[in-house]
Amino acid sequence: MTNVSDATLRGLRRSRQRRGAWLLVVLLALAGACALSVSLGTREVGLADILAGLSGRADTMSQAVVAVRVPRTLLAALAGAALGLAGAVMQGVTRNPLADPGILGVNAGASMAVVIGMAFFGMQTLDAFLWTAILGAGAAACFVYAIGSLGRGGATPLKLALAGAATAIAAMSLTRAVVLPRNDIAGGVLSWQIGGVGGATYDAILPCLPFLAAGLVLCLLSARSLNLLALGDDAAAGLGARVAWARAGAAFGAVLLCGAVTAICGPIGFVGLVVPHVCRLLVGVDHRWLLPFSALTGGTLLIVADVIGRIVARPSEMDVGIVTAVIGAPVFIWIVRQRRVRDL
Amino acid sequence: MSVLDHTGTTVRIGALRRARRNGRLRLAAGMIVLLILGVFATLVTGPTMTPPADLLRVLTGETAPGAGFAILDLRLPRATLSILAGMSFGLGGVIFQTLLRNPLASPDIIGISAGASAAAVFAIVVLGWSGPAVSVTAVIAGMGIALLIYLLAWRDGVSGARLILIGIGLSAMLDSMIAYVVSRAPAWTMQEAMRWLTGSVNGATLAESLPVLLSLTILGGLLLVRRSNLEAMRLGDDTAAALGVPLALDKVLAVMAAVGLIAVATAASGPIAFVAFLSGPIARRIAGPGRAPLIPAALVGALLVLIGDYTGQHLLTGRYPVGIVTGALGAPYLIYLIIRSNRTGGEI
Repeated sequence: MTNVSDATLRGLRRSRQRRGAWLLVVLLALAGACALSVSLGTREVGLADILAGLSGRADTMSQAVVAVRVPRTLLAALAGAALGLAGAVMQGVTRNPLADPGILGVNAGASMAVVIGMAFFGMQTLDAFLWTAILGAGAAACFVYAIGSLGRGGATPLKLALAGAATAIAAMSLTRAVVLPRNDIAGGVLSWQIGGVGGATYDAILPCLPFLAAGLVLCLLSARSLNLLALGDDAAAGLGARVAWARAGAAFGAVLLCGAVTAICGPIGFVGLVVPHVCRLLVGVDHRWLLPFSALTGGTLLIVADVIGRIVARPSEMDVGIVTAVIGAPVFIWIVRQRRVRDL
Repeated sequence: MSVLDHTGTTVRIGALRRARRNGRLRLAAGMIVLLILGVFATLVTGPTMTPPADLLRVLTGETAPGAGFAILDLRLPRATLSILAGMSFGLGGVIFQTLLRNPLASPDIIGISAGASAAAVFAIVVLGWSGPAVSVTAVIAGMGIALLIYLLAWRDGVSGARLILIGIGLSAMLDSMIAYVVSRAPAWTMQEAMRWLTGSVNGATLAESLPVLLSLTILGGLLLVRRSNLEAMRLGDDTAAALGVPLALDKVLAVMAAVGLIAVATAASGPIAFVAFLSGPIARRIAGPGRAPLIPAALVGALLVLIGDYTGQHLLTGRYPVGIVTGALGAPYLIYLIIRSNRTGGEI
């Protein structure tokens, strides 16, 4: 008996050490990505200019470039963290490996709501965009989950993915229909089709911080109940979880995160799909580790994707939403191939 | 059971078949009448309505002041491309749905249209090509994507669910590539860009319609000639093999013909959203059970594009490309399909 528990303890200690090591790796990667993001791009910047630019000077061209790239990097980190976390929570809530704010149509819903608000209700302020986007994201999430879980078998990955794809196409069609005849809407059709982090300013980032913080807290608090939900609804209820409330709370946190990100960046897909799967390989399925890891990895991934987008299309840029789709689709296909037909 | 009973049954079945065939003929005739009405409406409607007498004069080659250019150079090519592209999408879509035995496995949902469109837009913007070279590129890319989806979905055989999910993933990637290429071409008008994002017949020319007409004649004809084998394949691979249908060859032929139809039409009009997906089920609904409704689906496709384009141009406030209208139509239908199949508990 003691032997068994000794072995278990040793195993636990080893897995904690492993997680600690991975945490260090991810933090280093995040720092490295930030450094790359500030120094690489159309114009490369030396260390002296970076330090000068960080201290607020913008005397030379390079220092001015740094002053633009720092908020951009910050936005990429925040958006990536939010999307990665939201994806992990959605995969936990729906117990569905294909859940992702992009594939489930949540980002498209948020983007449609903002466009409708601009076109028909004359919204101008970022605050109004944020509220509308969160409303749209919530409505789309409820709608997709309701359709996807109808009938026998509940919300299978295939049904959820199809319901999400249909909702995304519908929302995208309506968004185009609203934007097309109105030249006054900022950015036109394309910027509501592809998400990007270019042109970020502190003024745009600041108003969404409270929403991101609230979403972050809600999601991290739900880690324990997500662990219970993973055992199945009946077992979770037996272990004392209030299943419906746990689901609703976690999903609301994810919706807050997706809505806030879509309001400033536009729809960015596949980050929420890829990141939790990678993190599960690194730290296992315990949501108390998985959720913070997904946030850190998501931030790193989006910064790297943004840097890639700046480098491959020099001297112009490729929006980060395109890079994530090109990276993410093969991962999506790999996940689909891993599952047995019965599970789809 | 006497011999007489059998004869009676045979006679009854024969009468039923005749009735069904007559019904389908009447249906096709009715849809052709609708199509003619649609073409007529497209030809006479504009900022000012052209009187029918003027239309007749223009079509018989006489000059009519103020109407000749609008009708011959703007509206007639538009109506022609609408019909040809619609028929290609409808026919290609119903072949896929029949072969894969799943209404969701239509080329516009599983990414084949997106592949053809991405290749066409790449050839036009990046390589600066035009004309038949674009059509050929689109066809090759469409076939390549079809092959890729099939290979990726292969794991001890191909399951429909896996094929559809892989198609959804691939088309998400291809769509974002199209959006990227379109955004890199700043000289374009929005109308031009919308063609590749959602499908449009704005600014169609008769020269653009020619490849579509050719592919519809050759590939569509091929499909109609070999349709009895298609019926056998609908029963499933094993039954078809037992009935003596050379499966592999005919399946490959049918798929390649369908991909060719879709890709050539996409190269001309862009991926008009959901026409391939909607035509088959609508045709099946109005044509009733029986053989796969190839000709009705083609006619429904043509009607969808023609009426969708007319709606987008003249019936709404503001002008919309046809793909936005059909996209708005198709999404609720897809949701209805999911809800219905979930309620009955059947496969989608």
